[in-house]
Amino acid sequence: MPRRNDISSIMVIGSGPIVIGQAAEFDYSGTQACRVLREDGYRVILVNSNPATIMTDPEFADATYLEPIEPSFVEKIIAKERPDALLATLGGQTALNTAVALHDSGVLAKYGVELIGASVDAIKRGENREEFKRVVDSLPEFTLGSAESARSVICHSIEEIHEASTELGLPVVLRPSYTMGGVGSGFAHDLEELDRIGRIGLDASPVTEVLVEESILGWKEFELEVMRDKADNVVVVCSIENFDPMGVHTGDSITVAPAMTLTDREYQHMRDVGIAIIRAVGVDTGGCNIQFAIHPETGRMIVIEMNPRVSRSSALASKATGFPIAKIAAKVAVGYTLDEIPNDITEQTPASFEPTLDYVVVKVPRFAFEKFPNADPTLTTHMKSVGEAMAIGRCFTEALGKALRSLENPDAPFDFARPVGDRDELLEAIATPHDGRIQLMMQALRTGATVEQVQQATGVDPWFIDQLLMIKELADEIKAADGLSPELLRTAKRHGFSDRQIADLHHTTPDLIRQLRWALGVRPVYKTVDTCAAEFAARTPYHYSSYDEYSELTRRERPAVIILGSGPNRIGQGIEFDYSCVHASMVLSENGYDSIMVNCNPETVSTDYDTSDRLYFEPLTLEDVLEIYHAESQMGEIAGVIVQLGGQTPLKLATALKDAGVKIVGTSPEAIDLAEERGAFSRVLETAGLVSPKHGMAESYEQASNVAKEIGYPVLVRPSYVLGGRGMEIVYNDAALRTYIDNSTLISPETPVLVDRFLDDAIEIDVDALYDGNELYLGGIMEHIEEAGIHSGDSACSLPSATLSRAALKEIRTSTEAIAKGVGVHGLINIQYALAGETLYVLEANPRASRTIPFVSKATNTQLAKAATMVMMGSTIAELRQRGMLRTRTDGASIWPGMPIAMKEVMFPFNRFHTIEGTSVDSVLGPEMRSTGEVMGLARNFGLSFAKGQVAAYVKVPTGGTVFVSVADKDKRNIVFPVKALIELGFKVLATDGTASVLAQRGIDATPVRKFSEKTGPNGEPTIVELIARGEIDLIFNTPSGGASGGSQRADGYEIRTAAVLYDVPSITTVSGLEAAVLGIEALQTGDVDVVSLQEWGEEIDTACR
Amino acid sequence: MSTNKAILVLEDGTVFRGRSYGAIGETFGEAVFSTGMSGYQETLTDPSYVGQVVIATAPHIGNTGWNDEDDESQRIWVSGYVVRDPARRASSWRSTISLDEQLVAQGIVGISDIDTRALTIHLRDAGAMRVGISSLGEDAADLLDKVRRSPRMEGADHVATVTTNEPYVVQAVGPKRFTVAAIDLGIKSNTPRQMVERGIEVIVVPASITAEELLEMNTDGVFLSNGPGDPATADHAVGLTRAVLGARRPMFGICFGNQIFGRALGFDTYKLKYGHRGINQPVRDRTTGRIDITAHNHGFAVDAPLDKSVETEFGTVNVSHVCLNDDVVEGLELRRDGQLRAFSVQYHPEAAAGPHDAEHLFDRFVALMQATK
Repeated sequence: MPRRNDISSIMVIGSGPIVIGQAAEFDYSGTQACRVLREDGYRVILVNSNPATIMTDPEFADATYLEPIEPSFVEKIIAKERPDALLATLGGQTALNTAVALHDSGVLAKYGVELIGASVDAIKRGENREEFKRVVDSLPEFTLGSAESARSVICHSIEEIHEASTELGLPVVLRPSYTMGGVGSGFAHDLEELDRIGRIGLDASPVTEVLVEESILGWKEFELEVMRDKADNVVVVCSIENFDPMGVHTGDSITVAPAMTLTDREYQHMRDVGIAIIRAVGVDTGGCNIQFAIHPETGRMIVIEMNPRVSRSSALASKATGFPIAKIAAKVAVGYTLDEIPNDITEQTPASFEPTLDYVVVKVPRFAFEKFPNADPTLTTHMKSVGEAMAIGRCFTEALGKALRSLENPDAPFDFARPVGDRDELLEAIATPHDGRIQLMMQALRTGATVEQVQQATGVDPWFIDQLLMIKELADEIKAADGLSPELLRTAKRHGFSDRQIADLHHTTPDLIRQLRWALGVRPVYKTVDTCAAEFAARTPYHYSSYDEYSELTRRERPAVIILGSGPNRIGQGIEFDYSCVHASMVLSENGYDSIMVNCNPETVSTDYDTSDRLYFEPLTLEDVLEIYHAESQMGEIAGVIVQLGGQTPLKLATALKDAGVKIVGTSPEAIDLAEERGAFSRVLETAGLVSPKHGMAESYEQASNVAKEIGYPVLVRPSYVLGGRGMEIVYNDAALRTYIDNSTLISPETPVLVDRFLDDAIEIDVDALYDGNELYLGGIMEHIEEAGIHSGDSACSLPSATLSRAALKEIRTSTEAIAKGVGVHGLINIQYALAGETLYVLEANPRASRTIPFVSKATNTQLAKAATMVMMGSTIAELRQRGMLRTRTDGASIWPGMPIAMKEVMFPFNRFHTIEGTSVDSVLGPEMRSTGEVMGLARNFGLSFAKGQVAAYVKVPTGGTVFVSVADKDKRNIVFPVKALIELGFKVLATDGTASVLAQRGIDATPVRKFSEKTGPNGEPTIVELIARGEIDLIFNTPSGGASGGSQRADGYEIRTAAVLYDVPSITTVSGLEAAVLGIEALQTGDVDVVSLQEWGEEIDTACR
Repeated sequence: MSTNKAILVLEDGTVFRGRSYGAIGETFGEAVFSTGMSGYQETLTDPSYVGQVVIATAPHIGNTGWNDEDDESQRIWVSGYVVRDPARRASSWRSTISLDEQLVAQGIVGISDIDTRALTIHLRDAGAMRVGISSLGEDAADLLDKVRRSPRMEGADHVATVTTNEPYVVQAVGPKRFTVAAIDLGIKSNTPRQMVERGIEVIVVPASITAEELLEMNTDGVFLSNGPGDPATADHAVGLTRAVLGARRPMFGICFGNQIFGRALGFDTYKLKYGHRGINQPVRDRTTGRIDITAHNHGFAVDAPLDKSVETEFGTVNVSHVCLNDDVVEGLELRRDGQLRAFSVQYHPEAAAGPHDAEHLFDRFVALMQATK
C-alpha cells in the first residue's frame, strides 16, 4: 500500500514557543515530517509561531505561516490554503488541541480537511482519563493476566472516602473533580491526612466529588514507544526505564533505555498490552507513547497513560535507537506501511522491525530553579525541567557519567572530593525527589549507607543503586592507588569517570590526567548507533564514544569542520543556538566540507543523524571534544572547529581548545576573551569614541559599594562570564547591594562582580551583524518594547525599530562596525545598545551567534548563520552578496515604506512553578532572563504585529472589558495616554487609590478598588485579588515599585501578579508594554487580521531590497 | 565481579581478553551472537544452542537474576557465554539466585568484559566460526590449536543429546480437543504450553521413535520441534516426517522442524553466514501480508524458491513466510486440493524469549487439525 494519491496538500501544525514540557523535540519531529512529506511530493503548509525552529525555515515547507497556533488564525490559513489533510500528531499537545478544536467547531468539515495520523475519536480516547481507563479495562486477557489501570473510587462524602481508602489501602491519592490546577488534590498517607485532605477536596469541588485512587508512588516506571501502520503492523520502537520511581514526571526523571530490570516475560507482557492499547485506542497510523508502573515486589503492572502522538519521549527514543519515529509516523500517516519504508541506517532492511541496542542510553533533566529562587524544588508529577542531556555508553555507568557531565552544571558529576556528610541526614534528604538527588545518593553510599537503605529511602531499583555503589567503590580504589596503572585508568574511564573526577581523587589536574592517559594510550573508541546491535552494517555515521576496544570510524575524503553544539536547553541558551549550528552544518556540506556535529541534547535537530555528515552524540566538555578532534584527525583533514554558534557552551571551551592545538575558525579565542574582559573592551570603545554606562568591577561588597557610590544608584550588578543574565539584578541602595553580594555563589576573585550604571527610561537596541575583517553587514536592528533593564531575552522587540531616528540608526551602524573591527570579529557579533536621550551607550558585545539570529534571519529573509559560517571559512561578505546568500547592495538594516514588521514576543514559565506554600512565583521582569521561548508576529503594521505576537504567546488579548491599573509613582505620569486610549477603545478602568487619583487629576474616570493589603471591605467590597479570582478583570497593568525582583517581597504587586498567573489574566508590567498592547488591541478591534506566509513575505522583501 | 582473567580465541586467530565469568575452565563451540535485549534465561536453556558459544550483544546481562519459572528446559545448554557487563546484583521480585551462580552451578564457562560489539561485527563480516574460551590460561596459541581441533557445526548431529529418553504427556488445559505427538528434537517448554492452552494434549516423544510407533499413536497431528545441529544430519527425523506426510496427518514444524519439513519435501538446507538470532526479526506471511515481529534462532535455512510453487509427492509446496531483512525462507506450507495440510516456520511462535506476535500459528495448527478431523 504505497502513498496516498487522493490527497495532495497537507497542513502540519508545529508546537509553538518553547515552554516547559514542550520544547525543541517538536522542531525535530516537525522538521522530519515536513522534509519527508515534501520529498514524497506533497504540498506542505506549515503553521508554527516559533521563529527559532528549523522547520519554519522557508525551504522546509511550501507555505510557512509564522502565525499564532490558535484556532481562529489556523482557520484563516485553512481558508486561504485549502489543504486536503491536517497532520497534528507531530506538534505536541498544542497541535493536537488545536486540531481537536478545529474539528469540534466544524472548521475541518467545512473546508473538507481530513485529519490524518490519529482520528479525533482516537485522540479523545487516548487523552481523556476516564475513557482511557475504560479502554484499558476492556482489553482481552493476556498471557500474564489482564491489563489494569489504577483502581479508583468516586466519593461524595467523607464516609465514602474512608470506605474507599479501606478498600484501596493507604496511601491514596485524592483528586477533587472540576478544580483548577490540581487545587485540593494530594496524597493521604494516614487516616488523619485522609480526613483532612478529603474534607478540603470535597469543599473545593463544585460538585462535592473526590476521586480516591490507589497510590502507585514509588513503583517502577516504564515507557514504550509504539508505532502502527494502516495495515495494522505494530512495532515497539523502544523501552525506557525511569531511574526515579513513580511520582516524578518522566520529563524530570533520569531515564534509561533500554529497560534494565525486566525479564523477557514481563517485558513481553508490557509489549502485548502496549500493542493492544494502540489498537484499541485506534491510533491508525503513527506513533504513541504509553507509560506503565510495576510494583517492585509483586510485579503487578498498571497502565498509567498514553499520548496518542509523537512526544518528548519519542524524540529521545529516536535518538536512543536510530529509529526516526517522527519521520516514520509522517510516512505511515500518508499511507505507507512499515515494510515499505527503508531503515535509513542499514538501508537494506525495512522499518518494520524493532531496534535492538548494544549500548545504554541515559537521559538526565536540566532544571532552572536558580532562576526562580522561591519556587519549590520538589519534583512531582508536574514537569519543571527546562532541558535535558542524553549520553550513550556501552554500559550504564559510562552513559551516566557522560550524561551528568553533559549537563554543564559543575555540581552534576559525582564529586568524590566533597566531604561526605551525615548518613541519616542524607538518607532523609534523598527521600524527597529533587534536582541533585542522585548526587546525594552517591554521598549516602560514600557514608557507608547500604544499597537497601538507599533503596528504602528513594524507591530506586537496587540494580541502579548497585551501579552507583560500583562507581563509589571504583572511586575508593582510585583514591587508594599509589599510581594510576593503565588498567585502573581504563577501568575508571570505562565506568564513566571524567579526567576531572580522576584528577580530584588524586589531587592533580585534569590536564595532567589527560596527558597521562594519552601517554598510556588510554583513549576512547567510537561506536555506531545502528538500530540492530551490529547484525547489519550501518551506513549512517552516528557515533558515540566508549572506552571499549575497537573503533568504527572510517576515513573521510573531504576536509571536515567540527561544529560544537549548545548542549542541554536551559533558560538563556536554547533552540536558537541549535538553529545556527544546523545552518552551519547545511552550508558546510553544500560547500565541499564534511560537517561534523557534536552535541548532547536529544531534543534538537542538530542531533538528528540526518543533519550532518557525521554526528557525535557526546558531552561538550574539553576532554570529550579533544578526543573527537584527535579521532577525526586520524580520519582525514580537519579544516577547523566552530565555537561561535552554540552559545556560551562551546565559547567557554575556545581558549582551552586552542591551547591544546585545536584549530578554531572564525573569531579567535583571544578576540572572544577581549569582548568578555571589561578593561580590554573599554579600550576598544575608547579608541572608537564610544561610551558605555559608567561601570566598575568589584571582588567584595566594600569595593562594589564604592563603585556604586561613584556611579550613582540604581546600579546593575552581575557576575562576569555568564549568559542569560544569570545572577543579574538592579539594586537601588547599599543594603540591597550587600544582600546581593552576600547571597551570590557566582562571585569570586576569578569571576568578579560587574557594577554598571542602570539607565532608567532608555530604549534598548539589539544588533546582529556579520563582519569579515573588512566589511560589515548589519543583519538586523531590533528595538526592545520594554525599556533597558529587562533582560534582552525577556523583552519583546520589533524589527525594524519602531522609534529610532535615521541619525540613531546611522550611529548604530558606525558603532557596530567600530566594535566588530576593534574586537577582531570574523563572523557574527551581537551588540546591545541603550539609547538614553541622544546618547547611544554600548551595553555589551558578544562575538558569537546570538539568540536573535533565527528571528532576524526570518524577518529579513536572509540566513545569517549560513553566511557567518562561510565567513568563518574564509569567504568575504562581497562574495556572499554575489552568491545571493546576502543582499546584493543593502543589508538587514534597510527600511522602506510598508515593509513588514516582525515582532518577537517571549514565553514565561511562571505557571509551572509554585512556592513551598503553594502560591505562584512572581512574574515581574528583571535583568535576569527567565523566559523559555519565543514567538514571532508578522504584519504590515506595528499594532497587528504586536497583537499576533501576544496571541501566539497564548496571551488572551482582550478587545474589551475591564482593565485594572496600579503603577509605581515614577510611572504615574506616563500612563495617562495609554489609559485614556483604553477607555476610548471601550474598556472600563479600575485602579488603586493612588493611581486613580492621578488619573482623576487628568480627567480620566477610574473606579477605585481595594488593594490586597487593604483586605475585603466592611460591606464586602472585594479586593483586586478577589476580583481577579472571580474572573472580572480582563487585563492587568501593574508596574513594580522599589525595583524589587526575584519575587522576594510579598507586596501587593506580588499578590496581583501571582493571581494573574494563576487565573491566566494578561498582565503587563512596563509602560512601554502597555503602549504596545494598546496598539495591538486597536488592531484586533478593527478585525482586519490577515495571514501571510513567510514565502510571500520573502518574495516581497527580496523585491524591495536586492 | 571476577578478577580472573579469561581469553577468547576464534578459529581465524582473533583474540579477545577479558575476565572469567561463570565456571572456570575451557570450552569450545560455534560462536554465534544473539541480539535480544531480554530473555537470557530462556536463551541459555534453549536446547537449540547445543554446541554453541553465545555472545550477548546487549551489554548488561544478569540484571534480573535467575528465577524458577522461565527455564525453557531442564538445564543450560550453551557451550559458553560471552557478555560485556555481568550484573553484580540481581534485581527482580522473582529472582531466586544470580545468573553467575547458576552458570557456576551448571559448569558453564563464560567470559565477560570484552568488546562484544567488535566480536559481533567480526562474526558478521567473517561468518560464524569456531571459538574457544579459557579461564585456565592465557596462552592464545595453545587455545587456537584446540579450537581448530574442535568439531564444526556443519555435519553436527546434536539431537540425541537433547531429546527426551522417554515419552511424556503434557495435559491439555480444560477439555481435551486434540492429541499431538511432538517429536523432541530439542523442544522448549513453552511450545507444549502454547498447545495445551488450546486444548491439545501433547505427547512429547523421543527423536528416536520409529515411524511405525509414531503412526500407531494415531494422534490428530504431529509436531516437529526446534533443535540444535545441522539438519543435513537428521535423516531419521526426515524419514519420520515423510511417513507422517504419507499418512496424511496434519503437521506443524518450528525452526529445526522447518528445516526437517523442508528436507522431507525435497529441498536442500544451507548454512547462513552468521544466522538469525534475536527477537526483533520482521517476517511477512505471504498469504495475508501480515508482518510479525518474531524470535529467531537459526544458523541454517531451507533453500526453496520464493517465486513459484513446487509439486511434490505430498502435494504443492509454497514458501509461506519470508524474513524482510534478507528474504530468507521463514516458512513452508503444503497444500493438497487447495487445502492446507501441513506447515512449518523457521522462527519461534512460542517466543520465550521474544514477542508473542506469531502465537496465532498455534491456532492455525488447531484449525488444520479441526479441518482434518
